[in-house]
Amino acid sequence: MSLSTLTFIVVGLSFALYIGIAIWAKARSTGDFYVAGKGVHPVVNGMATGADWMSAASFISMAGLIAFLGFGGSVYLMGWTGGYVLLAMLLAPYLRKYGKYTVPEFIGDRYYSTAARIVAVICLIFISFTYVAGQMRGVGIVFSRYLEVNIETGIIVGMAIVFFYAVLGGMKGITYTQVAQYCVLILAYTVPAVFISLQLTGVVLPQIGLGSTLANDSGYLLQNLNEMVTALGFDQYTHANISTINMFAITFALMVGTAGLPHIIVRFFTVPRVRDARISAGWALVFIALLYTVAPAVGAMARYNLTSTIQQGPVGAPTANLAYDERPNWFKRWESTGLIKFEDKNGDGRIQYYNDKNAAFTSQAQSWGWQGSELRVDNDIMVLANPEIAQLPNWVIALVAAGGIAAALSTAAGLLLVISAGVSHDLLKGAMMPRISEKNELLAGRVSVAVAIVIAGYLGINPPGFVAQVVAFAFGLAAASLFPVILMGIFSRTMNREGAIAGMLTGLVFTMGYILVYKGVFITPLLPNTPENWLFGISPEGIGTIGMVLNFAVAFAVSRVTARPPKEIQDMIEMIRTPRAAKPVAAE
Amino acid sequence: MEKTRPTPENGNGAAYWKANLRLVGICLAVWFVVSYLFGIILAQPLNAIRIGGYELGFWFAQQGSIYVFVILIFVYAAIMNRLDRKFDVDEQ
Repeated sequence: MSLSTLTFIVVGLSFALYIGIAIWAKARSTGDFYVAGKGVHPVVNGMATGADWMSAASFISMAGLIAFLGFGGSVYLMGWTGGYVLLAMLLAPYLRKYGKYTVPEFIGDRYYSTAARIVAVICLIFISFTYVAGQMRGVGIVFSRYLEVNIETGIIVGMAIVFFYAVLGGMKGITYTQVAQYCVLILAYTVPAVFISLQLTGVVLPQIGLGSTLANDSGYLLQNLNEMVTALGFDQYTHANISTINMFAITFALMVGTAGLPHIIVRFFTVPRVRDARISAGWALVFIALLYTVAPAVGAMARYNLTSTIQQGPVGAPTANLAYDERPNWFKRWESTGLIKFEDKNGDGRIQYYNDKNAAFTSQAQSWGWQGSELRVDNDIMVLANPEIAQLPNWVIALVAAGGIAAALSTAAGLLLVISAGVSHDLLKGAMMPRISEKNELLAGRVSVAVAIVIAGYLGINPPGFVAQVVAFAFGLAAASLFPVILMGIFSRTMNREGAIAGMLTGLVFTMGYILVYKGVFITPLLPNTPENWLFGISPEGIGTIGMVLNFAVAFAVSRVTARPPKEIQDMIEMIRTPRAAKPVAAE
Repeated sequence: MEKTRPTPENGNGAAYWKANLRLVGICLAVWFVVSYLFGIILAQPLNAIRIGGYELGFWFAQQGSIYVFVILIFVYAAIMNRLDRKFDVDEQ
């Protein structure tokens, strides 16, 4: 059976599974639609959260990023897992106790203000749409690379599938499809990783393999990798190549941003009890850690494989570099997608791959007749081509395709649902038509999911120029706007409406402004995006940390000079702080 | 014998909240130490220590901190369940 037939079958089967689940888990009420009837088992919710969280970027791009950043790539590993500690301890149990449907609803109630709710919805919609555009693009890319259809067709097929189960099943349908998608994506990620670890180090677990000796008995993998890449002018793999303060700020912004992402928070509204919300965050992190502890091994091993394929002997020796005509099959296959590109700058028919940004090394390289690094490698190839590099059977390649699509679809569905809940529940019912009937609200929810899917698909097919930069945006905004107001809403009795709105707006405007200045989303950058120009040496990816601090500072200052929250808000804070309401003795 | 019910007035609710804050404080201190301190600020000096092929700072940044995060949440959840019962605010 040919690879593409097999891929069609595996991807088709996974789609059939998702559709079957959607029919089984149809939403019958707004409670089902927004929070899956609050009846999801904490382990099941943990698994669904894992799929919700791990996007096309986690699945396809992260290992490749780490492969090229080395130690610097740790910001993603710590930043995208550490947020769950904050969620479990600072947000999830209290929001579950609050017991309603959406994040803006909590903000509106706690700060007794429809204005605060609307500001929160705007943040939510902005964060979620920037994120979802990337997911739709991810679906299209996986389709086009494995199934040889064009990106647009892939996106439309993906839209149709999400449309079916999100519109029909709402949160309930999404939850159970996400469980299936988690299983597909984690298998697809770990199976090739285990084989590669076995081939390179003889150790089954990639997490252990990364710290082990090579199977060919030439010492530790990481040590070899360090020597190999420094010999080619690159930074040491295991040592810092970004400033400590910037690494700190980026990690912090990603952690806090994770905890402030509405599509993640809302997953913890779906479990039956407060104690379930706490443990469910733990299960979510277990399922996430399964991929996140494997990713650094995939990255390092892929970098090792790639480098040793190209540089086969001592650096500088005339015949030590791979001859282009002898390149392996996976190289040829992925060349056609443009993910890997060779340009024979010195015309010797061999591939030189080194760090030509390193001036000292470049001058030495010239003495060997090297005219610049001749290979351009896209990050994504490290995961996508993995099964072929490891010479795994075709069904594994087909599984990776299905896994990439599962990762993108599951995240897209979660995002689309919070967008639709923001529109139908917060804007429509909360602000514009408070007397809307349950049946009509459910209909409005379904219509807004459908509209959101169409917009997301459009953004996927016609990506705005800034799609590559939205990660900084989404996490920075979540860190600087939503996280602080929710946190203060729970942990401060005195935080009031005026403080929260002022804080949210400050965080939002500052973070957006900073990113615009350097990244030039919508406008041309005002300052070059280099360390000398950054505030405190913090790059736009990490600026959410400062935005968060400003949000807190402004909110506290303003709340000190304005009226304290009314008595019923004090009571609400008491209510969310304890799992069971404190009752007077006589009432028992 | 009647149990004392927690209300904000009789201080039991306040005591529960204080115990909770203390636990969260300890957990977040560990969270900070394994990631920001060991994984970032002290990563360079810690790299002098090796476990197998891993340099210790690198290991904390790419493996160890994640394992500790997982353990932290489960420990926190278990202790909170005990606190809920102790202060009689657990869900029935």
